[in-house]
Amino acid sequence: MHIPDGFLSVAVSVFLWIVSIVVVGYALKRVGKDLGERQVPMMGVLAAAIFAGQMLNFAVAGGTSGHLMGAALASILLGPWAAVLVLTSVVSIQALIFQDGGLLALGANIFNMGIVGVAVAYMAYHTLRKLAGGRKWGLYLGGFIAAWLSIEVAALSVALQLALSNTSPANLAIPAMAGVHALIGVGEGLITVGALAFLSTARRDLVEAGEAGPIKGSLVWVAGLLIALVLAIASPLASARPDGLERIAGQLGFLDAARSSRSQIIPDYAFPGVSNTALATILAGMIGVLIVFGVALAVGYARRSVRRSERRSERRDHQVSSK
Amino acid sequence: MHIHFLDPYRSGDSLIHRLDPRVKFVLALAFILTCALTPAGAWPVYVLLFATILAIEILSTLGVGYVLKRAILAFPFVLAALPIIFTTPGAVWLELGIGSWELTISLPGLVRFLSIALKSWLSVQAAIVLAASTPFPELLVAMRAVRIPRLLVAIFGLMWRYLFVLADEALRLNRARAARSGNSGQPGIKAGGDLAWRARVTGGMAGNLFLRAFERSDRIYLAMVSRGYDGEVRSLPLPAITSANWLVLLAGLVILGVLLSLSFLFGS
Repeated sequence: MHIPDGFLSVAVSVFLWIVSIVVVGYALKRVGKDLGERQVPMMGVLAAAIFAGQMLNFAVAGGTSGHLMGAALASILLGPWAAVLVLTSVVSIQALIFQDGGLLALGANIFNMGIVGVAVAYMAYHTLRKLAGGRKWGLYLGGFIAAWLSIEVAALSVALQLALSNTSPANLAIPAMAGVHALIGVGEGLITVGALAFLSTARRDLVEAGEAGPIKGSLVWVAGLLIALVLAIASPLASARPDGLERIAGQLGFLDAARSSRSQIIPDYAFPGVSNTALATILAGMIGVLIVFGVALAVGYARRSVRRSERRSERRDHQVSSK
Repeated sequence: MHIHFLDPYRSGDSLIHRLDPRVKFVLALAFILTCALTPAGAWPVYVLLFATILAIEILSTLGVGYVLKRAILAFPFVLAALPIIFTTPGAVWLELGIGSWELTISLPGLVRFLSIALKSWLSVQAAIVLAASTPFPELLVAMRAVRIPRLLVAIFGLMWRYLFVLADEALRLNRARAARSGNSGQPGIKAGGDLAWRARVTGGMAGNLFLRAFERSDRIYLAMVSRGYDGEVRSLPLPAITSANWLVLLAGLVILGVLLSLSFLFGS
């Protein structure tokens, strides 16, 4: 579900970066205010645990295996704001170090897994716990539904972003992503329920602590509900009528529009002396190639001379010591 | 998803390794942004971008083969973009008839698909060079320099420090499971129970991993307090960027700017 670079249009990437920065910034403020200083090491180590938890997989069928994304488990155990930060850390390190997902697309990946996943899971879990009124099935059913929804809605969000970027046609991407992740979500749900069952036996306090402040999270509850509803309604609409989505994509793609108008302007005055566009293109290409290889050569020579001087100084040291 | 928990940093003494991490970080992001802004079908610019990243790979002494091999890891996602070959309207390039199925590959669709794949491939190479030539603590310095909040950088740092410890814990849990629900060499004898059973066992392991992480974070917190931690994340002031590094940054941005303006000439 990690989108690599190159698959999202610049407009979509930048927009989702802005949304993610605002939400993560707010989460940082909330966590700094609500929770004690104990939280910094705890969030760091739990982020590592969620990342490492992906190694715990189980065989499903035909060589495929299920493993944990962890948005639901984190939001149940830590509360929504800390979970946003933990998932943001996981997704960022995956992109930065392991190239699981792109850097320009990181805003979108944080949005999908860290924000959408956490908000939807929080909403589902707390609704079901309320309905169950403290009975045991609320914990299990709530955990399962929260985990399944977090995967499914995040996948819908990915598909919509790909369609908006004009990378994947909506009428194919949305049903495909929804179908595949409905199954992956079942795996996530079962693992989450297993984890909650274990934790409620071993450390009840941890499971109870997550729901200490339901009033504090009402904003998240509403956001989760809205995200789930919007994506649940928008996705079938978009896949049934991709034209409408294309229109939005056209409006959203203001950067693309701006770019195409600029590309008409530049040839007029980029090479004023050359009237023939083909010739201008060739000239521009040659200049570009020359610049790149010139720089590459220059840097290469610089490195060689550095090496040589190093070797010379080494030799001098050697001579000095041999004397 | 690929689970590769080894630190991708490869030590070396190349110019790329010695470059200030902040300059490297900004240039890698600028390279990826340039790839993203380049319009579809600007083939000569793709070649130039490839030449640029190739030159950097050679300079970095990481081994071009290593970088290109890692770059393939991000490739399966290309499947998501494959359908646009068939759905983009435009001049027909090829018609495929499989039985009663009619598929038409349009030229604009093909150009768009190849452009997406190439851009993605180029971008991931920049990210690989950055991660492979910069030790993680230096990346944290770069993140602080681009004004990522201190609290978040501190969480990143702690996460990195304990990632390998917890990956070891996860391996131990996996080994314990394998030892107790042993695989039989005989075909027909299934290991463990049904799907729900396997999922529940894995869930218990995930819960266990969480619990160990909680308990470890408590110990870490106590250790931090005993060394004077008071909730404030402090860090050393960032060293100044040398003039040579400023020059590299400027040159890099100029090259990318030139490539970008060229791409508007070639594109569509």
